Amino acid sequence: MASSDVARQPDKGVRSLSLAGHVGFDSLPDQLVNKSICQGFCFNILCIGETGIGKSTLMDTLFNTNFENFESSHFEPQVKLRAQTYDLQESNVRLRLTVVNTVGFGDQMNKQESYQPVVDYIDRQFESYLQEELKIKRSLHNYHDSRVHACLYFISPSGHSLKSLDLVTMKKLDSKVNIIPVIAKADTISKSELHKFKIKIMSELVSNGVQIYQFPLDDETVAKVNTTMNGHLPFAVVGSTEEVAVGNKMVKARQYPWGVVQVENENHCDFVKLREMLICVNMEDLREQTHTRHYELYRRCKLEELGFKDTDSECKPVSLQQTYEAKRQEFLVELQKREDEMRQMFVQRVKEKEAELKDAERELQGRFEQLKRLHAEEKAALEEKKRLLDEDQSSFGKRKAAAQLLQAQSLTANGKKDKDRKKKNDG
Amino acid sequence: MSEAVVPDAMVSPAVGGPYGEKAGGPMLDFSYVGIDAILEQMRRKAMKQGFELNIMVVGQSGLGKSTLMNTLFKSKVSRKSVLATAQEKIPKTVEIKSISHDIEEKGVRMKLTVIDTPGFGDQINNENCWQPIMKFINDQYEAYLQEEININRKKRIPDSRVHCCIYFIPPTGHCLRPLDVEFMRRLSKVVNIVPVIAKADTLTLEERDFFKKKIREELRANGIDVYPQKEFDEDAEDRMINEKIREMIPFAVVGSDQEYQVNGRRLLGRKTKWGTIEVENIAHCEFAYLRDLLIRTHMQNIKDITSSIHYEMYRVRRLNENNTMVLPPNRTN
Repeated sequence: MASSDVARQPDKGVRSLSLAGHVGFDSLPDQLVNKSICQGFCFNILCIGETGIGKSTLMDTLFNTNFENFESSHFEPQVKLRAQTYDLQESNVRLRLTVVNTVGFGDQMNKQESYQPVVDYIDRQFESYLQEELKIKRSLHNYHDSRVHACLYFISPSGHSLKSLDLVTMKKLDSKVNIIPVIAKADTISKSELHKFKIKIMSELVSNGVQIYQFPLDDETVAKVNTTMNGHLPFAVVGSTEEVAVGNKMVKARQYPWGVVQVENENHCDFVKLREMLICVNMEDLREQTHTRHYELYRRCKLEELGFKDTDSECKPVSLQQTYEAKRQEFLVELQKREDEMRQMFVQRVKEKEAELKDAERELQGRFEQLKRLHAEEKAALEEKKRLLDEDQSSFGKRKAAAQLLQAQSLTANGKKDKDRKKKNDG
Repeated sequence: MSEAVVPDAMVSPAVGGPYGEKAGGPMLDFSYVGIDAILEQMRRKAMKQGFELNIMVVGQSGLGKSTLMNTLFKSKVSRKSVLATAQEKIPKTVEIKSISHDIEEKGVRMKLTVIDTPGFGDQINNENCWQPIMKFINDQYEAYLQEEININRKKRIPDSRVHCCIYFIPPTGHCLRPLDVEFMRRLSKVVNIVPVIAKADTLTLEERDFFKKKIREELRANGIDVYPQKEFDEDAEDRMINEKIREMIPFAVVGSDQEYQVNGRRLLGRKTKWGTIEVENIAHCEFAYLRDLLIRTHMQNIKDITSSIHYEMYRVRRLNENNTMVLPPNRTN
């Protein structure tokens, strides 16, 4: 569209222009890819399946390496998840792969809560990403993304239908993670049984409303291959890390007395299809779906749960910040109220204690008065006695004095008489 | 953690075709996993989504900003070329006018927004003429932040943040003016600034070198960090490449959207009585370096620095100043 004759477009209108020469921004995708190569990629797979169904073997086969695996017992009291992270490299691409395995899934007598640890794990990864995103100082591009990108659900090759545990678990997980169901140990099912089995599984999933991951059809380059593959779900896989000689090649296979099941032979099992879809064609889409659909859903629910809304009661847009301010105010008011309450209670208690102490003091005072009175009375009584005694004593003293005087008088009187007599006698 | 290193005899990733049909020796099919196909997937996704780029041009009127934009993108992207130039009066205050275009090259679609700032530096009293520009840049960050903290977010938040600000230095040949220093000092903290010497065909090569050296000294003396910033070099290789660029800034550019016949080829240039200045000839001016820097090699890096450093700094400032903790009050795990 020539640009020189366009005049009446609004200022902010977006128009298409044709370039008169080579500008060079077609290198942009390359620049983007180069940056990603420097940063490395992250991919997290969750494998859910019963013990011994072949999860670890399949992972080993898929990524052509020997992850550290150890066999788990069948006697786990609860379902646990074990996550292991590996750094893989192929040509110039570095991949940080995290494989999460369920331990003890389907082994318990009561399987009602079996799905819960899995759901909790997935939610925990979303939560830690959300926390990082909400931080003030954050480093999202350095963040090790641990959110589960793909969930391989291993279906037992019974040949009949899905177990109710399978349905319940998948139903709980379908809105949280991209579920890719696979039929494990597919070498135990014959071809015709397999076909019927697959149809049964898909119809059960549909009738129970379980949303499994559909390979994306919007990009023309891969739409065709994805449509075909969508029709082959669930993939019937066989895993093996052992090599068997077939013809003049060594291939990954399982050797039986009646023949050799070749893992990478498309006639034998769907392993190649799984690898194709999971890794070669749709890895980026899996990551994107996890981020834009499942994570956003989690985030929305979590924030709404905390009371944040985008619009308030009058349908005016409310920013997160306003809601925060409101909440914070609420919180502060609540805090203040509690503080006041506590203060009140404290004052009350102090008053009570004071009253108590006052009472005690009064009582003591009363007793003291009483004792004092008693003491005074006793003292008075004693004083009285003392006085009487003193009186007695003084009166006795007087009497004694009087008696002595009398005696003395009588003596002198006698002496005088004697003297007189003597004088008379003398004279 | 175990490392699985696949032997380097691997073929480069196939372009999305099924691997069962790959023709190759038996060993190749056996150990090839296909992890590197993710590069192709990323490329496809990027091509489908398209890119966005927002460039702001700042400088006095008459320095050739519109022409340079047109030359950079080889089409009439500047505002003047689009709107009827009824009034060419210099505005009384600094205005911000942006215009967007969808351009496409070899399947890569880009939405280019050119933000013009007529009136900058044209008044008699130019104090605070950077304020409307600062405000505009911060408004774009604010808009992005608001979108980001919504509960119901869009799948892809439209990016209107200014990725790059090209500052036009008039070719006086002496040194930077106070207006230049003030503006660049303030804005280098919020946006990537690429200074260019406008209308460089008025400087001889010696004058140009002297001018550039002077400018670099003044930038250093004032602590102005223009793009590519020293502190954001990621590794030794980056530093080497960026050092070479830093020795050349500011680029002395000449813009032109007219083609002339030179030596049998049609080239963009300016024709004068004493010769034709070829815009894309690096012996004549440094336009080609600017174009390579902005578009061919460092475009993604410019966008990354804007989003992961300048925007984050704005976000931290903004969230701290309202004293709101963005973390939920009660953490549940």
